[in-house]
Amino acid sequence: MTTSTPSMAARSAAAPAPAPPRTEQRSTGRLGDLIFAGAARGSGVLVIALVTLIGVFLVAQAIPALLKDQASFLTSREWTVAGDAPRFGIAELAWTTVSASIIAMAIAVPVGVAVALFITTYAPTWLRGPAATMIDMLAAVPSIVYGLWAVLSFRSVVRPVEDLIQQRLGGIPLFAPTGVSGGTIFFIGVVLSIMVLPIVTALSREVFAQTPTSHREAALALGATTWEMVRTAVLPFGRPGVISAAMLALGRALGETIAVTFIVSSLAPGTPWSWSLFNGGETFASRIANNAGEFDSAQKTGAFIAAGLVLFVLTFLVNAVARIVIQRRAAFSE
Amino acid sequence: MAKRIDVEHLDVYYGDFLAVHDVTMTVPARSVTALIGPSGCGKSTVLRSLNRMHEVTRGGRVEGSIRLDGVDLYAPDMDPVLVRRMVGMVFQRPNPFPTMSIYDNVAAGLRLNGVKDKATLDGVVEQSLKGANLWTEVKDRLRKPGAGLSGGQQQRLCIARAIAVQPQVLLMDEPCSALDPISTLAIEDLITELKAAYTIVIVTHNMQQAARVSDQTAFFNLAATGKPGELIEVGPTSTIFSNPGVKATEDYIEGRFG
Ligand SMILES: Nc1ncnc2c1ncn2[C@@H]1O[C@H](COP(=O)(O)OP(=O)(O)OP(=O)(O)O)[C@@H](O)[C@H]1O
Ligand SMILES: [Mg+2]
Repeated sequence: MTTSTPSMAARSAAAPAPAPPRTEQRSTGRLGDLIFAGAARGSGVLVIALVTLIGVFLVAQAIPALLKDQASFLTSREWTVAGDAPRFGIAELAWTTVSASIIAMAIAVPVGVAVALFITTYAPTWLRGPAATMIDMLAAVPSIVYGLWAVLSFRSVVRPVEDLIQQRLGGIPLFAPTGVSGGTIFFIGVVLSIMVLPIVTALSREVFAQTPTSHREAALALGATTWEMVRTAVLPFGRPGVISAAMLALGRALGETIAVTFIVSSLAPGTPWSWSLFNGGETFASRIANNAGEFDSAQKTGAFIAAGLVLFVLTFLVNAVARIVIQRRAAFSE
Repeated sequence: MAKRIDVEHLDVYYGDFLAVHDVTMTVPARSVTALIGPSGCGKSTVLRSLNRMHEVTRGGRVEGSIRLDGVDLYAPDMDPVLVRRMVGMVFQRPNPFPTMSIYDNVAAGLRLNGVKDKATLDGVVEQSLKGANLWTEVKDRLRKPGAGLSGGQQQRLCIARAIAVQPQVLLMDEPCSALDPISTLAIEDLITELKAAYTIVIVTHNMQQAARVSDQTAFFNLAATGKPGELIEVGPTSTIFSNPGVKATEDYIEGRFG
């Protein structure tokens, strides 16, 4: 103020009324705003540019191989990438990846949501804090740890379940018996579900715990039982969060590499097609990882990159759908 | 339908903390009772023990007895869910279910009771919204989110939601404190109308409001900070406001408090 006084006095002498805008009085936060806005915009542009560059690079690598492909890339199950007339397609990879991931979601989401509801709503209050901490810690453990555990100790548990389903529902193509005994799609799904369960549980618990007391009490005051309160207040409030958690988990499941590579039983070329979940088969990630030694020519590498691109598009679509689902309810969630 | 409430030697605790001590009072059927008193004296706590919402709070428990037309609300075999179906509640801040439409908000309680029939639901929703003086304002947008209404409309929606299940008692915790004077008047008029069918207990910090709407007034106070809240006196509103038996009541009502 002291520095600005003389100039103000001088100006008001020159032009008595009306007082000119006092430009000297700047907001002190301006510089910080500018720096922050610049940094935010800069990093935003950088991320978009990077993603675009990566995309362009991958597509450029994939196109020559795709042009040479003698089979239909999207519908063929063959995978011969060497030679002058390569024949490769992603049908089997896509089927295994998607069906195993769907099985994983079908198990992990209901179980995770149930555990989260138990911790936030049903468990005695003294247990809630410790249980929440434990779940958060479990979610921080890299999923491969659960993957290996599941691979090593769940085979014998899942086996009888698989047998039972095949016996009872074998008439349905999806559950038709096959000779495969090791890493069936079903088993991959179970392993994946165990790997993503902690993250689904932790994220769901987080959103459920944030349900405003006013919503819970609104339901209880109407004479809702605990379960009815969950249905009318907790689940609607947590829905977008659960969807995001499921999508995050699905993204992980789709791209999970090491544990899956460890258990898949690849089908011999020429094995007849089967819709059965008890068949073997490789996922995108395991096919790429299993064949890392083959990235020695541009054509072979290009074929694998093309497969990787499909996985990229798949995850992108999953995220887009999730966003649309969440958006559609936005009008109803304050 | 409306029932009378008998509160006897009620002590209300949060864990080990005794929040309200030894309240004994009777709320006659089809009347409005106002609970007044300084902040922290336990008005909300007492109100919430009338429909067993108090025990939802961590450590919340109650000693003494509360009877609804003679039925002990705290009997060991009494289901709190049943109590809350008989004793409805409207909260200080309007809290419509944000993911539900206006219609679904009002129908929520009925649906909990298993009513599925569309015609019945339609009828009750219209009846309740009319009862809450909201029908004309929302009848063309019943399918829109309840959270999209103004604060006063939301509060009337919450009242409609509470009366849709036809409770015997209606509890209101400062229902107008978040509202403008016009919405406040609308709700006060509504309370006066609802009195014909319901027993109403209302907490308010607004002395004029207590004087306008209530038949009976109960004054709560704290003996000292850290001491539990107590019921100082209860009586017909006209008596409490014109000729209170206790000096503290007079001081509080006249605004000479603390
Ligand atoms: N969840 C809680 N846990 C512990 N103590 C609480 C809790 N809620 C309220 N109390 C205490 O109980 C006493 C009574 O609180 P209450 O909310 O009933 O007061 P009130 O009369 O409704 O006040 P106000 O007019 O401000 O709403 C206060 O001492 C308060 O600190
Ligand atoms: Mg209060």
